[in-house]
Amino acid sequence: MQSRYVLTGALAVLLTALAGCGNGTGEPDAVGGPAVMRRLTESQYRATVADIFGPEIPVAARFERALREDGLISIGTGRAGMSPFSIEQYDGAALTVAAAVVGEEHRAKLVPCQPKSGASQFDGECAKRFVEHYGMPLFRRPLRDEEVTRFVEAARAGQDRLGDFYAGLQFALAAMMVSPEFLLRIERPQPEEKQREVVQLDAWSKATRLSYFLTNSTPDEELLRAAGAGELESGRGLQRQVDRLVASPPFEAAVRAFFQDMLQFDKFGDLAKDPLVYPAFNSTVAADAQEQTLRTITHLLIDEKGDYRDLFTTRNTFLTRALGVVYRVPVATRNGWEPTVFEPGKHRDGIQSQVAFLAVNSHPGRSSATLRGKALREVFLCQEVPDPPANVDFAVVQDPSNVAMPTARERLIAHRTEPACAGCHAITDPVGLTLENFDGLGTYRSVENGASIDASGDLDGIAFNSADGLAQALHDHPETPRCLVEKMYRFAVGRDTEMEERPYMDYLNREFKASGYRVPELMRTIALSENFSAISTVRDAEVE
Amino acid sequence: MSKINRRTVLRGILQGSAVGVALPLLNCFLTDSGRALAATGRRIPVRFGTWIWGCGFIPEKWVPTATGASFAMPEDLQPLEPYRNKLAILSGFDVKLDGVPNKPHITGCLGLRTGVPVPNESVKAPTLDVIIGDEIGKNTRFRSLEISTSGTERSYSYRAAGSPNPSEVSPMALYQRIFGPGFQDPNSVDFKPDPSTMVRQSVLSAVQEDRQRLMREVGVDDRRRLDEYFTSIRQLEEQLALQLQPPAPVQNFTMPKAPPNVPFDSEMDNVLITHKLMAGLLAKALQCNQTRVFNLLLSDTASNLRRKGSTTTHHTLTHEEPTDPQLGYQKEHAWFATRSMVAWRDFLDEVAAIPEGDGTLLDNCLILAHSDCSIAKAHAVEGIPMMIAGNAGGKIRTGFHLAGNADPVTRVGLTLQQAMGLQVERWGVMSMETNRTVPELLA
Repeated sequence: MQSRYVLTGALAVLLTALAGCGNGTGEPDAVGGPAVMRRLTESQYRATVADIFGPEIPVAARFERALREDGLISIGTGRAGMSPFSIEQYDGAALTVAAAVVGEEHRAKLVPCQPKSGASQFDGECAKRFVEHYGMPLFRRPLRDEEVTRFVEAARAGQDRLGDFYAGLQFALAAMMVSPEFLLRIERPQPEEKQREVVQLDAWSKATRLSYFLTNSTPDEELLRAAGAGELESGRGLQRQVDRLVASPPFEAAVRAFFQDMLQFDKFGDLAKDPLVYPAFNSTVAADAQEQTLRTITHLLIDEKGDYRDLFTTRNTFLTRALGVVYRVPVATRNGWEPTVFEPGKHRDGIQSQVAFLAVNSHPGRSSATLRGKALREVFLCQEVPDPPANVDFAVVQDPSNVAMPTARERLIAHRTEPACAGCHAITDPVGLTLENFDGLGTYRSVENGASIDASGDLDGIAFNSADGLAQALHDHPETPRCLVEKMYRFAVGRDTEMEERPYMDYLNREFKASGYRVPELMRTIALSENFSAISTVRDAEVE
Repeated sequence: MSKINRRTVLRGILQGSAVGVALPLLNCFLTDSGRALAATGRRIPVRFGTWIWGCGFIPEKWVPTATGASFAMPEDLQPLEPYRNKLAILSGFDVKLDGVPNKPHITGCLGLRTGVPVPNESVKAPTLDVIIGDEIGKNTRFRSLEISTSGTERSYSYRAAGSPNPSEVSPMALYQRIFGPGFQDPNSVDFKPDPSTMVRQSVLSAVQEDRQRLMREVGVDDRRRLDEYFTSIRQLEEQLALQLQPPAPVQNFTMPKAPPNVPFDSEMDNVLITHKLMAGLLAKALQCNQTRVFNLLLSDTASNLRRKGSTTTHHTLTHEEPTDPQLGYQKEHAWFATRSMVAWRDFLDEVAAIPEGDGTLLDNCLILAHSDCSIAKAHAVEGIPMMIAGNAGGKIRTGFHLAGNADPVTRVGLTLQQAMGLQVERWGVMSMETNRTVPELLA
């Protein structure tokens, strides 16, 4: 066993030297992980359809709630199954998309040829062109001959039954869009390298990983061209594509997708707030709150090329009127977004003091120091907080004589003093209590039930007495950037990091720090690394 | 007759655009056992479903003091008095943990439904409804229907870890899915198969041609996921095949009206309204054979129910509310527990309102109602409250209270599988592995 690893390492060094693609970056030898078969997420599906057919083509489907595993939907996509419900929905979506593509309104633009003897006669050549034209971006690789034949035959069968060329095309396209090759990203290694322990993805799988990581959508024409021309195998060719994608407008969609995943915005899907307790809450506020945080993030990280850690202290944001009501900040713009700088001392430093984070990590009728503390730890610091013990004795927090507990601090004291509870509540509550100045929706308050709120707390040894202090502590916490690196890499490859990847993660952390904690630079580093597209054949087999 | 098979009948239908073909009631179309309709000789299918409510019960208000047939309905079961003969009350059956950590509100629910205790949502076996659905759910438009009535898209129906069958949360969406495009009125006089349905079938067979190659290309776990993908594709193919047949006429079926828009959230009064609407739609879907399997989640297992203007949810109350010294239980928690049983009565009302054969739809259903725990405060998985409703077309006996005496809950699951015609003699793992049914339930 030992000798095999040594050999692999030596071989890799040798090959790197021979190929002349030692990028001189200090990246350790690629160890990779298992190939992952990932389901397209809802946003990827929608973006893919819009990129291939145009944004005016409607996607009529109800997507089920995504599976979140190990804290990320990105990892869930590599484990989620495909229920009859999802196939039903994908089928419906495929049919409506295909009908719109071949329909009279879009036909001239979207069907690359016309049947030579009119729509009542089948034109095999034109059908083939159509299948190949859309097959490549949909399957993210050229179609095999037998696949082309199969979908052309589907078009012919459609024409035979329905008497219309375009109806035939519709069903051929629908067939491609319910194929496993479209709905699932099936990763394949370089064919000639199969016998080695660490292999690279083939050009098409590599292009696909790159594209969904850097644009949250399917590879564009230029990336597919580069993949077909073998350019992704060379350091320079790869760099050209990565730089192009990082500079392209869809890069922002990828950054958004990452933070939506990391911040667990899918929880908004069934977020309920009691209308009597929080009359200001409605679906506009829910949507705007997410958008506010995403705008804050992309503005700082992409537009300003800022330091990731500043997300926890920034007061620059964007508001709508609906949000202004919750923040109690006047918003002059009647419709749409207004750049806003929160005043210092208003305790709105950082995205963790914005409505999206505060409202999602609360109960329907009140705030929750515990939920917020848990989320801060898990989302931003990658520290796992265990579930409460099932047989916890609540007698201590139930003393009926102890009815005078106006604020959460009093209510939670027992949790932190009772040994069975203290283990976790001592981790979550001191951080969460600092955010008690925000009610369950995120509006600032200084009193609860007539008693003034004590917002003091501490984070891993740093004490503070307000949300601003927490903001600085999060900014300065050594785990803050490390956690981002960890999650970003998992997002990129769709799986948990492997033990063997520790040196690689150390490398990413060094690079991230050296770049001044620039997130686009981190994504670029990951995309350019060999480990990003390396597949370990040995460890996968051992798991089996 | 001997020369007629399904294919020749279909071919006849599709070639002529002839309409109003009345299909002879060929026995080869029907795979179910069960009772037959006197009028037509057609067998009545047996349906299976589960009905879940969160956060258990108040034992003194729920567990009858007497066992057997002549028990007095305790306070929270009072609303169910009209269904006394159609119900079996099962108390005292346990999920056995065997050292597996008890994930609050999850381990109990999934242990009961899979026969395997798990420390999280990663089930190690399919849930009961999926096992039974694989046997009885094939010849219907939907293999099963999942419904959640408290605004949360949760489901405790799993084929495997990572593969829950997602729930419908809105009555309108449920209505559209069942009675919208693709629905065939069973009593409509003219039936025209849509030729595009056949094209869609051929599309789906094209999709499956690469199956073998793909299976070779992926790892073990992904092979299972791909297999699930192909199973779902075949399910859709079967749906389409059904749409090419004129639906069998259904006595007393009338098309339901589109439901009104209701606020779907977790506020108890709204949930009761949403639940009743969705239960009614489901009952209609069962009546006209759109599905034979269902799972309805009244409230999430960590119950998200709340009371208008209240700062706490049902689940939070179970932990934080002090026990009322006079009553001896948590009063606010009890408010939700009581209403959960009212909802269960509402559900049975909807099912029993549909006449079928010489009785009602309920007679031909086998419904398992259960919670995720007994005492929510301690997340106890011992004595999880359960009820069986309906007689499974004569296969199941009801009208009694049975105390499980800490027997594994899998005895009940095993019994239900056998009653639904599955060839299974033991079920569950470790302390929950059992070959003992609950003979009192089997008619």
